Amino acid sequence: MNLVLALILVPFVIGSALLCLRVDSLRIILAVGAVLAVCCLSVILAMGLVSIGLNDLPVSAHSINLGMLAIEIAMSLYLIYVGVRAKHPLIAVLVLAQAGLMVWFELGPGAHTAAAQNLFVDQFSVIMALINGLVGGGICLYALGYMREYHEKAHREVPDRRPLFFALLFVFMGAMFGLIFANNLTWLFLFWEITTLCSFLLIGYTQTAEAKRNALRALVMNLSGGLAFALAIVWLHRKTGNIELQAMLHSPDKALVLLPAALLCFAGITKSAQLPFSSWLLGAMVAPTPVSALLHSSTMVKAGVFLVLRMAPIVTGTKVGLLVALVGAVTFAVGSFAAITANDAKRVLAWSTVANLGLIVLCGGIGTAEAIWAGVLLIIFHAVAKCLLFLCVGVIEHKLHSRDIESMSGLIVTMPRVCVLMQIGMAGMFLAPFGMLISKWAVLKAVVDASPVLSIFIVFGSAATLFFWVKWMGKLLEVVTPHPRIEKELDLGESIALHSLAVATFLACLLFPLISTHFILPYVVGVYGPTAAVMSQGNITIMIIMMALVMLFPVTFLNYGRGVRVTDAYLGGANVRGSTHFRSSADSVQDVAIGNYYLRDILSEPWLARWGAIGSAALLTAMLVVAIL
Amino acid sequence: MSSWLSLIIYLVAAPIVGGLLAGWDRRISARMQSRQGPPIFQPFYDVLKLVKKENVVVRRSQNYYIFFFLLLVIFTGGLFFAGADLLLVIFALTLAAIFFVLGAYKASSPYSFIGAERELIQMMAYEPMVLLTAIGMYMVTRSFAVGDIANHPTLLVAALPGVFLGFLYTLEIKFRKSPFDLSCSHHAHQELVRGITTEFSGRTLAMIEIAHWYENVFLLGWVYLFFGSMPGLGVAVALLVFVFVILVDNVFARLKWQAALKSAWLVTVVLGFGNILALAIFFPKPATPAAAKVQPVTPTQLAMPAVAANALNTVDAEPARRN
Repeated sequence: MNLVLALILVPFVIGSALLCLRVDSLRIILAVGAVLAVCCLSVILAMGLVSIGLNDLPVSAHSINLGMLAIEIAMSLYLIYVGVRAKHPLIAVLVLAQAGLMVWFELGPGAHTAAAQNLFVDQFSVIMALINGLVGGGICLYALGYMREYHEKAHREVPDRRPLFFALLFVFMGAMFGLIFANNLTWLFLFWEITTLCSFLLIGYTQTAEAKRNALRALVMNLSGGLAFALAIVWLHRKTGNIELQAMLHSPDKALVLLPAALLCFAGITKSAQLPFSSWLLGAMVAPTPVSALLHSSTMVKAGVFLVLRMAPIVTGTKVGLLVALVGAVTFAVGSFAAITANDAKRVLAWSTVANLGLIVLCGGIGTAEAIWAGVLLIIFHAVAKCLLFLCVGVIEHKLHSRDIESMSGLIVTMPRVCVLMQIGMAGMFLAPFGMLISKWAVLKAVVDASPVLSIFIVFGSAATLFFWVKWMGKLLEVVTPHPRIEKELDLGESIALHSLAVATFLACLLFPLISTHFILPYVVGVYGPTAAVMSQGNITIMIIMMALVMLFPVTFLNYGRGVRVTDAYLGGANVRGSTHFRSSADSVQDVAIGNYYLRDILSEPWLARWGAIGSAALLTAMLVVAIL
Repeated sequence: MSSWLSLIIYLVAAPIVGGLLAGWDRRISARMQSRQGPPIFQPFYDVLKLVKKENVVVRRSQNYYIFFFLLLVIFTGGLFFAGADLLLVIFALTLAAIFFVLGAYKASSPYSFIGAERELIQMMAYEPMVLLTAIGMYMVTRSFAVGDIANHPTLLVAALPGVFLGFLYTLEIKFRKSPFDLSCSHHAHQELVRGITTEFSGRTLAMIEIAHWYENVFLLGWVYLFFGSMPGLGVAVALLVFVFVILVDNVFARLKWQAALKSAWLVTVVLGFGNILALAIFFPKPATPAAAKVQPVTPTQLAMPAVAANALNTVDAEPARRN
């Protein structure tokens, strides 16, 4: 049996079936079954239990190519219709350009080029498949309960189109599997475009004016990346006569494939929402939370960085690589600072995603063995922790009816379970010795080895990261005015998803030496030849000791409340009714209210976004010019 | 000296040295203000007295964060004196500081809350320079290991004058001295009462004191690293730096946090990054084996049977065939 093909097709088939199901209970059965199947298949793939039989296609490759071309044309027609209806000529132009290019290519010059290997599996794709299967599957489980509450309680005004919603979730997942395993670039392109289409439909799910606008923006930006992708295929075929990813990567003359690689990096940068394209990901938070989680952690943006990391061996050491790295570095710094100014929880998470993806793109641009090692680790840790955070924010939003971080004061009392899970996710995002810090260590080392000048972006960016995460953590812990605990924080699907992601955050950190030796190092060695281990055994030991120390922290709570006398907080001696009110100088009784710093007088989000976008646009233009010359 | 021996010496001696330094600090400050000042051992008497006092809290879990702050500060210094990776030392230090800040948040009092926010701003102010210091040391010695850096044959400060000055600037913030004693001040004129430590008392406050002793010894140890090849000079400069910090403390008024943040970043970019830029331009890295391994691979290497091929990687890439 062709395991890879099964992984791609199962979500597509289930997705189509879900489109016709209006009954909630049947949908749950089908979706849970599909998630289980996908999880099992990806784990089987990772364990290497069965031979995968890649070339074992049920029908001839030629008819598959024709079928794909038909899907491609149908999608293009639909998108042109969308562009016309929304009076958005740019969409129609972009779709016509890329579809015209691909149809001309498939029927003209490329008609007689068959790929020897349409699908391909290596350790990197296995890692991506595990992320997509397990994290993506978790999101689907979570969505079952979440969307019921969304339509029945929280957002009654939104038309209930759940069949479409779940169909899209699974199709998205299937397209992501296709994208990971495709070796034939025209196949990869089709899956790439399916993710663009799915994200467009999902972002616009609520059909409010804002959702429609943001969905169109996401569409335009991703289509421009798609156009670059199509150009890359045509150019690659013209120069080398083949359209295979692996052949391209192993091309003896790197200069020959530099331009396609630059174009593919450009496509990756649009999809991973790097500046100047970050606005589409920030706009995507109008969609229900599972969509945000899917876009930010396991699919979509990870497809972008996947492609950039794949291109790394070609661009490493070239000016193109340096410029790609600069785009990533600028995005990391700008994203981190912009996150300081935001008080909307989802917006903070979105900027942090943009920033972390910048770090991965930076690794791809540098493209040395240790940079790639760091980049792959970042993908893993970011996917798990960010997904956990998004799903927690989704739950909190439903209970508190607000996403404002300031309204999360005292969450440790009102929603202790979600609050603790969230602390774990945040620790996973930035705190030593959790995953992201391991990766950041490696990124710093890789950057200093390759081009130390880039380190300035990292050191300032990570200082900003520290600030916005810790003040959020503090806000969750602080209890000024205690409120009663909210009953029934989580339903079953949500609970399973959140708890397993929290466990995964810990496990990924504890097991990362194993992940490294079994998956990442073999991949890096396969691409770059034998290399020394990036992180020494001594450092790994230190990380694990630190991890053990931090995990002891909950143990101190066994001593909770012993040997201390509880008193009111100090309010300048003017306390009234405990520490919740005080007597002001005008002799009136005032509430105690404390709020975080957002540093808006020295940092401005629009300013950062605008100049970051202008700067990166200049860098990207320079990259394409350098590649053409 | 073996790393285990220096680790044990640090664990035992650091609180004694740190406490004595704190005593001298108070004595020298007093003399600068024409006062007699307390006995040298006063900090120890203070801590002993604090331990005996009742432990009063606002929130029952607030003290656990401080305990971990102390634990992790000791861990950080231990890593440093055992000669471990400098970047990991910085990360551990950051983790320790975060526990301190979270403890203050947990206390849920307006004064400690603002103290915590200001402490975070200070962390944001010094973190880039501290990381650049590690990077600068790596560029000279090609190693992040404190052991290797300390035993490097050349005088580091000669190659890193800008980084050294920038590091001194951030040291003022780390020591929580004027003009950067924003989050909690040991002077009487504090608009935030005791800022970040407002709601801590008794044994917990003693822990914070001891953590600062450990931290100060570790920071002076870092100053010593710049002079690792001349140990006598290194110790002398470290002590001089300590006296200099006290002098600055008594001369300057407190800055606003905006000024503290901006000035620290300016120093970081101009002195720290300028130094690193100069190093990168004028002394490009030597061809070491570490550099050789990051070269792009040659086709022969690719054709080798993949060392790492596991059961999965069954597919060899073949060049495409034209039909």
